[in-house]
Amino acid sequence: MENVKPMVKDNRKKIDVPKILLTLFGLFLLFIFFLPFVLVIINAAKENIAIISDPLAMPETFGQIFKNIGEILDNTSVRYVRSFFNSLVITTLSLFLIGVSSGMAAWVLVRRKTKMSFFIFMFFLSGMVIPFQVVMIPLVRLLTILGRTTGIPFKDSLHGILLAYMGFGAPLSVFLFHGFIKSVPVDVEEAAIIDGCSKPQVFFKIVLPLLKPIFVTLLVLNGMWIWNDYLLPSLVIGTAGDFQTLPMAVQFLVGSFLRQWDLILTSVLMAAIPVVIAFFFAQKYIIRGMTSGAIK
Amino acid sequence: MAEVHGQDQGKSFDKGIGLVGFKLLFYILMLITVTYTSLYTGVTFVLKIVFLPVKYFSVNAYEKVLEFGRSLTKPFSKFVDAFKERFPHMAEALSETFHGDGDKAEGNRVFFYFLFPALFSFVLMVIVPFLLGIYYSLTDFGGVSDPDFVRFENYKEIFEDFRYYYSFYRTALYSILNIIAINVVAFSLAILVTQKLKIKNLMRAGFFMPNLIGGLVLGYIFQFIYSQAVKAIGAWDLIVTIFGEPIMQQNMLTSGASNSMIAIIIVITWQYAGYIMMIYIAAIQNIPQQLVEASKIDGANAFQRLKTITLPLVAQAFTVAMFLTLTTSFKQFDTVFAMTGGGPTDKLPGFFVNMFGLTTQPPVPTLDLMAVNIYNEAFAFSNFGVGQAKAIIFFVILLVISLVQVYYNKRREVEL
Repeated sequence: MENVKPMVKDNRKKIDVPKILLTLFGLFLLFIFFLPFVLVIINAAKENIAIISDPLAMPETFGQIFKNIGEILDNTSVRYVRSFFNSLVITTLSLFLIGVSSGMAAWVLVRRKTKMSFFIFMFFLSGMVIPFQVVMIPLVRLLTILGRTTGIPFKDSLHGILLAYMGFGAPLSVFLFHGFIKSVPVDVEEAAIIDGCSKPQVFFKIVLPLLKPIFVTLLVLNGMWIWNDYLLPSLVIGTAGDFQTLPMAVQFLVGSFLRQWDLILTSVLMAAIPVVIAFFFAQKYIIRGMTSGAIK
Repeated sequence: MAEVHGQDQGKSFDKGIGLVGFKLLFYILMLITVTYTSLYTGVTFVLKIVFLPVKYFSVNAYEKVLEFGRSLTKPFSKFVDAFKERFPHMAEALSETFHGDGDKAEGNRVFFYFLFPALFSFVLMVIVPFLLGIYYSLTDFGGVSDPDFVRFENYKEIFEDFRYYYSFYRTALYSILNIIAINVVAFSLAILVTQKLKIKNLMRAGFFMPNLIGGLVLGYIFQFIYSQAVKAIGAWDLIVTIFGEPIMQQNMLTSGASNSMIAIIIVITWQYAGYIMMIYIAAIQNIPQQLVEASKIDGANAFQRLKTITLPLVAQAFTVAMFLTLTTSFKQFDTVFAMTGGGPTDKLPGFFVNMFGLTTQPPVPTLDLMAVNIYNEAFAFSNFGVGQAKAIIFFVILLVISLVQVYYNKRREVEL
């Protein structure tokens, strides 16, 4: 009788060796992926001499980072704070303008099924194959000419860069909106018209709220592009303009303090932090937005 | 029967070429009218609102501002008046289709007013510069004086310049290596993070992170890492000696053609692999689970499953990823510009010297990728005409690549 063991299942978890190895390997890869960030963070908290003597050592005190930040903010020729707010204003305003104008255009192009609207849609799409390098030289010239003939400055002005972003953002945004609006049923709109809505009201009160998912996707796609963009603002605004953006400020810092790595890295860190914070809050949307934009 | 008849009639109605031509003309005229009306009403409207406070100080000044607004749109109104005089019927029809009270007129108005902001900015900022660019590529535009027409001199100059061929060769080489590196890394990462691991979400977010940093800022980060940190790590020297020339100044970026290219490819792969990984993840997750289970029951090991199930089923994602990596590699500018600004100079390789029958080995910038080359030609050397011609060639090459890609994509879709 003693030989009969109770039929109790072994409750201890089976140790899955390959899985643990894979996890360790993944952590190792993550460490390598984060190494550049770590290097930036620890060196942003050092003085320049300490960086050059040993860039891998941990900083003595992280308080130095605030000293570096203070030094950048105090520097009047870098205009860091101003650039930051310029970037913020330009990004939010152009996101809003691109979203609304492209949404409006895509809506009428979908709802009016004529050859003309198909032609205009294809016209927008053709903009996607034009790389920026092809239009940048004439664009600068065109803006100068426009400024001279109309008396309204288009270079180094807010409306100039907003118009440029609206134009360059239109093809992809119209395309994505067009695809999405096709799947929105017309019945709701017709019902609203019967209830006495005018057409613009139908768009702003009924269609626009329905476009929220694709709107968020576009916010992410265009937002990442505009916040990080260097070439377009450097040409439209000019490197020493009043509306200098953040990448331009970082570039100015690199140009003026050659090998002042402490300040350069601190400014790089400060430029990257808003995006990283946004990523933590809207991770799901960002990843979904970026990948759905890819599969055009 | 009546329905069929009606359809036939409709078809022949559409086929009339004259009618299509008339329609096109009609639409163009309509576009002009709408541009005029929106400019006219728009400018005066904005001025009226913006300068409203001025009215309380001086009515005179306010009137002057409005007069200025009207003078801006005067050429348009002149044009419209002339048009009205010449074609009174058409003008009336136009104004009826546009300014009438009916539903159709409202539809037309909404169509054009809604289309206007996007279309206007797109045409002004993309299409007009594009067309202007074709013209500038045929001139000796130098930035200051007015351009003179020189026909195809710029193109001739470019096609005789070995530096441009070298730049194209480096770009192509860079793109090929880059595509392979990014796709291999991204696919492996995708396989890794689709395993049932606890940290898979952390890994997905982590590998995606480098994508958030803009190209220029990223370039400066890696300029620092290559010039300062790599020296300190030390172990990398070994890797580099295996891959290319030994490090001269202990800086991969500034020591030789292959080293600098490997350095750039490492950076771009690090940045871009997480993004491409996301595309592969979506494809891998779409693989029907029954297939995997069935193969497990049949006794297939992990490698066989990868070869016979995963790889064929993510083929379509592979084309997307390939297209994306190809175009971004070809258009690469920000990061390379920030890191090297065109790269370390090195001697022109021997086969180029032979090909062009040169007597010496001239030094050439080794990371002078096509986009960087265009930028430097235009904004560093102020050869806008030549730079624009290079840009047009660049555009044609990109277009051909994209079309070939789309063609293969379509063919593969038929196969599936």
